[in-house]
Amino acid sequence: MQFLKERFDYLFCSTRGLTLVAIAVVSLITAIFGTLSGPMVEWGVRDLVVRLLKMELVPAAREGRIIMLYHTIAMTIVAIEVYFITELVPMKQHEQKMINGTITVGYLISVIFGMAFAYWGRNFAFHGLFLLGQSLVFFAGILLAIALVPWKKEYRSPADSPYAHTKNGLDLERVAFFVMAVSTLLSAAFGAVSGSYWSNGHETFLAEDLIRNPFKTYLQKAIIGHLHIMLTLIAIAITLIVGRWLKFQGILHRIAMPLMISGTVIITAGALSVVWVEAAHTIIYVGSVFVMLAALFFVIYSWGMLIRKGTAEIEKPTFWQKIKALLSDPIKFGPGWQMVFMNFTVSGVGIFMAVKLTEIFRVWPHREERIILTGHWHILASLIATIILFYFADLSGLKGKARKWFGWTVIIMSNIAFASVTIFSMKRLFVTEAEQQNVVNWTMLLTDIGLGLALVVLAVFMVWRLLDLFKAKGWWVQEYKSGIKRNAEAEIEEQKRKLKELEETLKEVEK
Amino acid sequence: MKRKFFILTLLALTLASCAPAPSVAAITPPYIDTGIDPESWALIHAGSFPYGQHDHITDVDYDYEMMVTTVTNEQYARFLNEALAAGAIRVGEVEVEAGEQVWAEIGAYGFYPGDPYDGYKHEEEIKPGDKLFFPTEADGVRITFDGQTFRAIQEYSNHPATMVTWFGANAYCEYYDWRLPSEIEWEKAARGTELVNGRGLPFPWGTHIERNNANYYSSFDLFVKMFGKLGNTTPVGFYNGNTYTLEDGNYTTLDSASPYGIYDMAGNVWQWTGDDYPKQHYRHMRGGSFYSYEVDLRVWKFNSAGPQHYSPQVGFRCAR
Repeated sequence: MQFLKERFDYLFCSTRGLTLVAIAVVSLITAIFGTLSGPMVEWGVRDLVVRLLKMELVPAAREGRIIMLYHTIAMTIVAIEVYFITELVPMKQHEQKMINGTITVGYLISVIFGMAFAYWGRNFAFHGLFLLGQSLVFFAGILLAIALVPWKKEYRSPADSPYAHTKNGLDLERVAFFVMAVSTLLSAAFGAVSGSYWSNGHETFLAEDLIRNPFKTYLQKAIIGHLHIMLTLIAIAITLIVGRWLKFQGILHRIAMPLMISGTVIITAGALSVVWVEAAHTIIYVGSVFVMLAALFFVIYSWGMLIRKGTAEIEKPTFWQKIKALLSDPIKFGPGWQMVFMNFTVSGVGIFMAVKLTEIFRVWPHREERIILTGHWHILASLIATIILFYFADLSGLKGKARKWFGWTVIIMSNIAFASVTIFSMKRLFVTEAEQQNVVNWTMLLTDIGLGLALVVLAVFMVWRLLDLFKAKGWWVQEYKSGIKRNAEAEIEEQKRKLKELEETLKEVEK
Repeated sequence: MKRKFFILTLLALTLASCAPAPSVAAITPPYIDTGIDPESWALIHAGSFPYGQHDHITDVDYDYEMMVTTVTNEQYARFLNEALAAGAIRVGEVEVEAGEQVWAEIGAYGFYPGDPYDGYKHEEEIKPGDKLFFPTEADGVRITFDGQTFRAIQEYSNHPATMVTWFGANAYCEYYDWRLPSEIEWEKAARGTELVNGRGLPFPWGTHIERNNANYYSSFDLFVKMFGKLGNTTPVGFYNGNTYTLEDGNYTTLDSASPYGIYDMAGNVWQWTGDDYPKQHYRHMRGGSFYSYEVDLRVWKFNSAGPQHYSPQVGFRCAR
């Protein structure tokens, strides 16, 4: 019994354990539902899985199933980001526990009943529970926003802090987290209101199917705005998280945080105003420039930091010594690199499409345009996932060769896969339909190999973590104890602060 | 050593999987007679039917007929010869306009009166003038032109006429006093009026798809076996329940006609429909093709392109 209690406490009461469970849940969802499309269909795996698990795949409900699947994965990813934030950003212990507990129950209910509704018979009681789960995740978001309120006295930065702050000590990084959390809540509410009209005014659709329709309804526009901004805010959150992890600070931090704050506000306003405002896209572009500049400053800082640390012992490091230092730790190099790579496969493609829309892309058939649209946001979502994995691998204490193999395999294989997907989606620029078979074969194969190997490495990592749980003195014990220690230290600090406050209050009264 | 072995194995696997694949233009299949007459028509009675993914009950208050198969290369070559002789089309260089691009192509062309223009954002103006019907020198054509006569490549004569623009498909139907079907007409012909568990049929033959029902991506049809993953078109009416005997074995198909006895309403080639939607002028295509995953074979799914578009995976049929 004690065996189970200890593991339960680790998995559901510590940040590392909670993150491990959530990554396992996403892995499980990917492993099961990833077999229902792509090469798995060609290899016959889909039919086998459907038969084995007794799934009910009604052809007309496919788009609905996909939407449920995206939502359950998104809930879990949001939960992981929230776990990271509650550990990285100072807040009271009871707040951390309340937030993590609520969001965990929320996303698990969402995943279990959402998938049960979508893939096993459309039982509307399950749909109700799916909504309950999402509501709990939303409620956890409100708690998070309250915990992140930046103007509380105890979270003021000292005047000599290397982190961005105002003259009166307002911690701008905390403001950025707070603005991101509030924007996410607003955007989620926006989606919830639009979604509530489902079967009561609008019908299930995938945004990429409507792209050429000049007559989109307000509800359709609202949902398109919602899905774009939610993914963007998840990307903004992970950028802030890795910034905190790698101790992003100094002059670049002081420039980046105001950009990130204003960019988040502008981009959210732009995405949500797409329903009513003709110039919404222009607003989004302005916000994107701010956010991307902030991310660029993070990349410059993090790579500079890696080079400085790696060449600290060398008096005058050469160019190659600097490069070697930069690449010495793929886990810390990875987040910045994936953000740079994102420009070639996501942002660059998006800008190229916007500039050449009528000249090139609207000349192609809709299916070709659709491939680019779905491809570029799948890549963005997957890049975010790899950055989460880098951080969690670091938290898990991956060291030595295992760290290098894990880091480089994830970087190289994901980059091969995403570059291949990008070439596949853009193939009409350089090959006709009649001559495309070789290009399709190569790009699909490289995509499969890249994704396959990256997932194999993830699976090895997860199996290692699973086996570790059976060890009496496994890595999990250290993580668990360090979590307890960290919490205890934080509690002591909190008590000291409270004691000081009470003493000041007493002094005030005695006056 | 282990690392070298791993890398070499990976490299070998990659190279083995990527042997040069034939292009659609370069392969020639054997001629296969399916027994389905491409000159035949099916009658669709007036009445309502479930339209679209969400089964909106829609009324079509007139009887109409639809070709039982898509127009074949032989039929289209015959049209080109007849229309050329009658002076309805010409062959030579013609200007093609799409989006902001203008280029010249060699092919059969004729006059089109243009579409109403609203000046809407991203709306492409379809002006009156000569339009390309069929490019004679593009990769993947199955109809040859010797300067005087159009001829379907014999082995492809009963395959769908592909590489035909919407203008060319529209011209074919109008030349014989027919028309391209509207999307509503096309879908009714494809799925019929039946409701199963409160839903319209997602596929012409029923509620589920098997690999022998239609020619689609990874359906492993006869031509995938012969020519590789992306496959090729199959002769019209191929999926009719016949077993075809070839040199390397038998291939058994399921009878996949629609409730009205119409073939190839899912897979093989996307089919142009006749509607001109205001403020965009993209022409919609229905049915999915041999390049499509099975999800695009669901009867309500559509693709779209400008009327100047042609492709090895796009064909058409007429209604009257």
